[in-house]
Amino acid sequence: MARTIIPFGPQHPVLPEPIHLKLVVEDEIVKEALPQLGYVHRGLEKLTEIRDFNQMIQIVERVCGICSKIHAMCFCQGVEEMMGIEVPERAKFLRVIWSELHRIHSHLLWLGLYADAFGFESVFMQFWRIREKIMDINEATAGNRVIVSVNVVGGTRADLSPEQCNWILQELDWVEKETKRLQAVMLDDYTVKKRTVGVGVLTREQAYALGAAGPTLRGSGVAQDMRQFKYAAFDKIDFAPVTAPDGDCYSRGKVRFLETLQSVDLVRQAISRMPQGEIATKFKGNPEGELVTRVEQPRGELLYYLKGNGTKFLERVRIRTPTFANIPPLLAMLPGCELADVPVIALSIDPCISCTER
Amino acid sequence: MAFMTGNVLRNLMGKYSTRLYPIEIRPAFEAYRGELYNEIEKCIFCQSCARKCPSQCISIDKEAGLWTCDPFACVYCGICVEACPVNCLHMKSTHRHVATEREMIEQKGTPPKPKKKAADGEAAAPAAEKKAKK
Amino acid sequence: MKTLDTITVTPETVVGEVAKLVTSGWRMITMSCVDLSPEQFEVLYHFDKELAETHLRLTFPKGMAIPSVTPTLFMAVLVENEIKDHFGVCFDGLPLDFDGKLYLEEEVKATPFCKYSTGTKQ
Repeated sequence: MARTIIPFGPQHPVLPEPIHLKLVVEDEIVKEALPQLGYVHRGLEKLTEIRDFNQMIQIVERVCGICSKIHAMCFCQGVEEMMGIEVPERAKFLRVIWSELHRIHSHLLWLGLYADAFGFESVFMQFWRIREKIMDINEATAGNRVIVSVNVVGGTRADLSPEQCNWILQELDWVEKETKRLQAVMLDDYTVKKRTVGVGVLTREQAYALGAAGPTLRGSGVAQDMRQFKYAAFDKIDFAPVTAPDGDCYSRGKVRFLETLQSVDLVRQAISRMPQGEIATKFKGNPEGELVTRVEQPRGELLYYLKGNGTKFLERVRIRTPTFANIPPLLAMLPGCELADVPVIALSIDPCISCTER
Repeated sequence: MAFMTGNVLRNLMGKYSTRLYPIEIRPAFEAYRGELYNEIEKCIFCQSCARKCPSQCISIDKEAGLWTCDPFACVYCGICVEACPVNCLHMKSTHRHVATEREMIEQKGTPPKPKKKAADGEAAAPAAEKKAKK
Repeated sequence: MKTLDTITVTPETVVGEVAKLVTSGWRMITMSCVDLSPEQFEVLYHFDKELAETHLRLTFPKGMAIPSVTPTLFMAVLVENEIKDHFGVCFDGLPLDFDGKLYLEEEVKATPFCKYSTGTKQ
């Protein structure tokens, strides 16, 4: 029983982003895991000293390359709350539509990468084929595929015309149909279950105590989702968090798969209930005070701590991203698993390292 | 194996999911934020765009009438287009062409003459001028 | 002007307060460090329970080491290491200490997030 240290990452076929895990193994069993971060650390929070709060929106969008819209929305919500700006109803619904589109494409991306991690490459391509439709919707409506830049303090910059809404609904029908066709493969397939059921178990108590967020937490049976918080237009949309009880990789995958379908439904609801009207309010002054805002990202809850001092430069912007919270649970999942399962487990928390290190 | 027949037939008969790229190019979406350009005759060199830009990629020389954008720093957010008081900034719906050398976007125009002669230019956008001064 | 409702704690009581919140079912979200003035740092502990929030506020002079909450709550390990990287705050009794090298390289001696240059690293 010799102890060996095996480095995992920063360059590894299953990792889209660089994280290094030092795995202490005995034979084929992982005994301990230690993370090492810092390969993509940029210090974006510090930029608040030389960029004003309007320009910071574009900067916080670049914290994450997948869910950029949701970062900007969280930041804008914080600044609006600090300054007491009332956001028009239509803008709130527009924010929900784009943020749910981001959730769909993020989950589809993850489902593809996850399938790739246990060696199911054709499913990977199928999911990414579906995702491309969402990217097209983003590009046609907001002007860019990922960094949509639709948020401003006080509302949104872009609007959706009725024709665009109809087109989005049509495309989403296709997305839903195609995603449902893959349901049998992701959730019922014998091979997939063999690789995921019972692997990387995180119990409900562990998940709660270690501060897991998002699908990692809900995959362990805790029904906590920041969208229950009724931010933006979620007070007018029917929503209940998706959970799965087992806390293994299969549960986390199931939560994300069902959330994809749920988000399609949320976009439909938002489009059907969206009122007419203004999309942005004008405002004067600078933010002052401090507050914490939280929204739900595809990977879990996102927290912004903002502190303003009455000038146009915020004094402190602190971003807590979900992957940062999900690394301690990952370290708890790994001991006891087989070395061959490490890629699947590491991917099951949906690691977004650029988010983590900012 | 019978349950696979549907899939096999669909894959054989169906359309391609990908495009044969150089031969078939998808038309650009109308709203896409592509290459930035300045209608330099209309530009009043007020520097609103340079100030609002989150990546500080625009630099303006008011005396020489030079408007320069560093496309490698530009993040294509379109904030400058909205900030422009005379609507002389635009974004094409296609991205920039491929180049072998580093090319800056440099445009030369005539800066508005100071004081009296600039009056007609200012009259066209009085509110905007005020905004720019702020 | 918006302010956070916080419970003020001192370096002596912080571990006890955190343990009390954890036993009554609160879940730690994260900690934030703010560079208040050339003399003082502030650390905020954010907690969450069924969507409600509570915050602990700890203000202490620069150069002082504060007790680590990681032995009570393992999830704080990365956060405390991050604060140590960014601000040079020292935590007493941190079990998994990256010693300011979680994000930064070994040769980096500065604390990049400090606004005031008097921030010391021990």
